[in-house]
Amino acid sequence: MSDSDTSIHARSERFLSMLRHCQVLGLRVEHADRQGLTLRLPYSDQLVGNPDTGVIHGGAITTLMDTTCGISTACVLPEFEICPTLDLRIDYMHPAEPHKDVFGFAECYRVTPTVIFTRGVAYQTSRDEPIAHVVGAFMRMGKAGRVMDAGTRDGGQGA
Amino acid sequence: MSERKLDELVRQAHERNDYDALINLIPYAKLIGIECLRLGDEMVFRLPQNADNIGNPVLPALHGGVIAGFMEHAAMLHLLMFMGSPHLPKIIDFSIDYLRAGHYRDTFAACQVWRQGRRVANVAITAWQTHQAEPIATARCHFKVDEP
Repeated sequence: MSDSDTSIHARSERFLSMLRHCQVLGLRVEHADRQGLTLRLPYSDQLVGNPDTGVIHGGAITTLMDTTCGISTACVLPEFEICPTLDLRIDYMHPAEPHKDVFGFAECYRVTPTVIFTRGVAYQTSRDEPIAHVVGAFMRMGKAGRVMDAGTRDGGQGA
Repeated sequence: MSERKLDELVRQAHERNDYDALINLIPYAKLIGIECLRLGDEMVFRLPQNADNIGNPVLPALHGGVIAGFMEHAAMLHLLMFMGSPHLPKIIDFSIDYLRAGHYRDTFAACQVWRQGRRVANVAITAWQTHQAEPIATARCHFKVDEP
């Protein structure tokens, strides 16, 4: 891992640790470099959306992917910026398998001064067999969003 | 769960105007704390203020994923309650536009079924906090409704 990849990883972990609901879900950084970010959502009975099958609720997958897409902006930006979600779309290929963790991968495919376009997948065994495809646009806040430590200023990640 | 049992739960909930049993069926709905209120023939869903649902700790603001999960589940419950689907609808796709920050307070949602075919239903959801006319997010989704 290069120095910049190490710092992207550290920045992603710091970003994730600030989001309380992500702590409730137990989200962890699995991998982060300039190519993109992977987060892990551990399977838990409290996330079940269908009690007959034990399949995780779409809302938990949406939270995983909103967070993954949002923090993936740290892979392409030189310094920390808070980028609120403009919109997000999820297409389900098939339901998640119960009792297995879900991974979210996201990358930024276009960065402009006002908007960052991200895309990604949710998967369990391999990125080639996604359970969902995701696209999301995130707003850049200009100077207000660039803070050394995100804990010191207002912003609206994920809101 | 059998279709009969689900049907029975929906019928009882309408009769008693108490939707807790239906909500408690789904662990994720309990986790984020969804509630249902019936106002005449309208159904309004409520997500009470809950620190565990916060994303941005500074504003503080609700996590966008929780707002989305709340809206998706509201749409699913709405279909279950009004469309006579005897089983849990399955999500096909979900798209959300965030219009304003979701502040740390109660959030409400109402649904509109634009089309229910035999196999697929299209539902639009609006979420707001202070005024219904100033939504914090709008969403639309498709559900598969034809088989368990």
